[in-house]
Amino acid sequence: MNSYSANSTASMLSSSTDTFEVQRSTKAGMITLIISIVLLGLSISMPFWAGSSYLRLFTELACYMAMAQMWNLLGGYGGLVSIGQQAFIGIGGYSLFVWANFVGVDPFTSVALGGIIAALFAVPISQLVFRLPGGAFAIGTWAIAEVLRLVVANTYVLGGGSGASLTALRGIDRATRESVTFWIAVAAAFGSVLLVYMLLRSRFGLALTAIRDSEVASRSQGIDVKKIKFLVYVISSFGFGIAGALYFLANIRISPDAAFGISWSPLIIFMVIIGGAGTIEGPLIGAILFFVLSKIFEDYGTWYLASLGLLAVIVTIWFPKGLWGLVVDHFDLRLFPVQRRLRMPENK
Amino acid sequence: MGTVLSLKKVSKSYGALKVTDDIDFILKDGETLGILGPNGAGKTTLFNLISGDVRADNGSIFYCGEDITRVSPQNRCRQGIGRTYQIPHPFSGMTVFENLLVGATYGGNMSEDQADPICIDVLKKTGLIKKANLLSGSLTLLDRKRLELARALATQPKVLLLDEIAGGLTEHEAKELVDLIGDIKAEGVSMIWIEHVVHALLSVADRLLVINFGSKLADGDPDKVMNDPEVKRVYMGIEV
Repeated sequence: MNSYSANSTASMLSSSTDTFEVQRSTKAGMITLIISIVLLGLSISMPFWAGSSYLRLFTELACYMAMAQMWNLLGGYGGLVSIGQQAFIGIGGYSLFVWANFVGVDPFTSVALGGIIAALFAVPISQLVFRLPGGAFAIGTWAIAEVLRLVVANTYVLGGGSGASLTALRGIDRATRESVTFWIAVAAAFGSVLLVYMLLRSRFGLALTAIRDSEVASRSQGIDVKKIKFLVYVISSFGFGIAGALYFLANIRISPDAAFGISWSPLIIFMVIIGGAGTIEGPLIGAILFFVLSKIFEDYGTWYLASLGLLAVIVTIWFPKGLWGLVVDHFDLRLFPVQRRLRMPENK
Repeated sequence: MGTVLSLKKVSKSYGALKVTDDIDFILKDGETLGILGPNGAGKTTLFNLISGDVRADNGSIFYCGEDITRVSPQNRCRQGIGRTYQIPHPFSGMTVFENLLVGATYGGNMSEDQADPICIDVLKKTGLIKKANLLSGSLTLLDRKRLELARALATQPKVLLLDEIAGGLTEHEAKELVDLIGDIKAEGVSMIWIEHVVHALLSVADRLLVINFGSKLADGDPDKVMNDPEVKRVYMGIEV
């Protein structure tokens, strides 16, 4: 469909009998859908045939996938480069502990509450950080995460600096805990992709993509850029809250440093940049790549982290659109059909 | 003819530099107003003030009888003020068709289903229909300029601001755009057009406004304005 000749004439007033159709699905998209359903089925059945070490590994990967997808929504599309989303990982994680340990809500339900609490926190936090321009916004988000870390570390009931254990899990047998945690992870991984996909296919998605490409032009095309960014921030924080709660549900223990630590941000941003920001496929690839690399090389300590940094530098210099950008440039392949294409009458 | 847009004593300064100095003018319904002026005269700032990209320090801007001086750019667009930029700002990762969809759905305030036929219509008119599925970042300069215009048209404006839409184009390309602008005018859209390609401007404009150092130098019938000795000295002396 991309093979039209480059010459055209001005005011080419075609006859009104021509019928154009707007296409919102592609063959690759159908294949993705089928593969996704198969993968989803396989994933859901995993607790019945896979060992618990695999379940734990995939739960971790699912957290990364959801976080990368949510950071991409925020930074890749919304242009909001935050280095403080660990604030919402921490809020989600700690609210899981509060709801489950203190209030007595079922720990699995508390994961969803973690997302909601994170979204609620995002409303006032956004009012603070949105006043900061460019780089100051990034630093501001980090500062807020640090403030939260210090507040929690100094709150005795939350376990202070040494953290707390998820005692609410005591009455639940190990197999149930591991399976349900894993299923929540599957829901988070697939759900985050589905959420971004649905958003991008809606009218909201047009605005998001437009803002990604040019904020000035977006405004002059009638888009309320501030409102869209606010919504993106809240949605992304909700996702981070869920992912954070899930991560610490799987870990059973939480501490302020683990929950609100700055080390989250570079890893998540690494995944998005390596895979390709501003696409759905990029963060997925980035999360899987990071996960695989970390499992193979994490014993190498400093050298491992230095190599990740080097890889990120190489990709940003030579492949600024990320690994997925390479695929798109060479094969014009899109697994998630979020484009609107016009089908020309003569093609029928 | 009623007045669709009016500026009353509008001023804008950047530090000590007064880029717009107590400007007054009106745009009538269906009229095409051409704006001329040397580089740095404050023409684009004037557009930024009208579109809302820049806030006026003093004075008021009225659109359809309503004071819009403090209205946000996105709301001005929704109310019917469309603009193009001198340097095209395409949504480069979106297709040409999607670029128009943005304008129609947000600027025109409608659902995508309602927007589809409008965008197709604008694409046909602007000669971009065959390029509808190309990424806008891959377009040539002429097509980017066309896209600027098409996207603004998709918002279904009552007033259209064209900022040097013919600049940087070949004579033949400029002619194509001028024909297109003539068609838009015939549909009753009011326009303000900033242009250095004077003969292009004169072929469409009903009235000319000449700006120098942020204030009005001349305003009126194109022939009279072009023969004004002061305009000849300030503008023609430099450009022609």
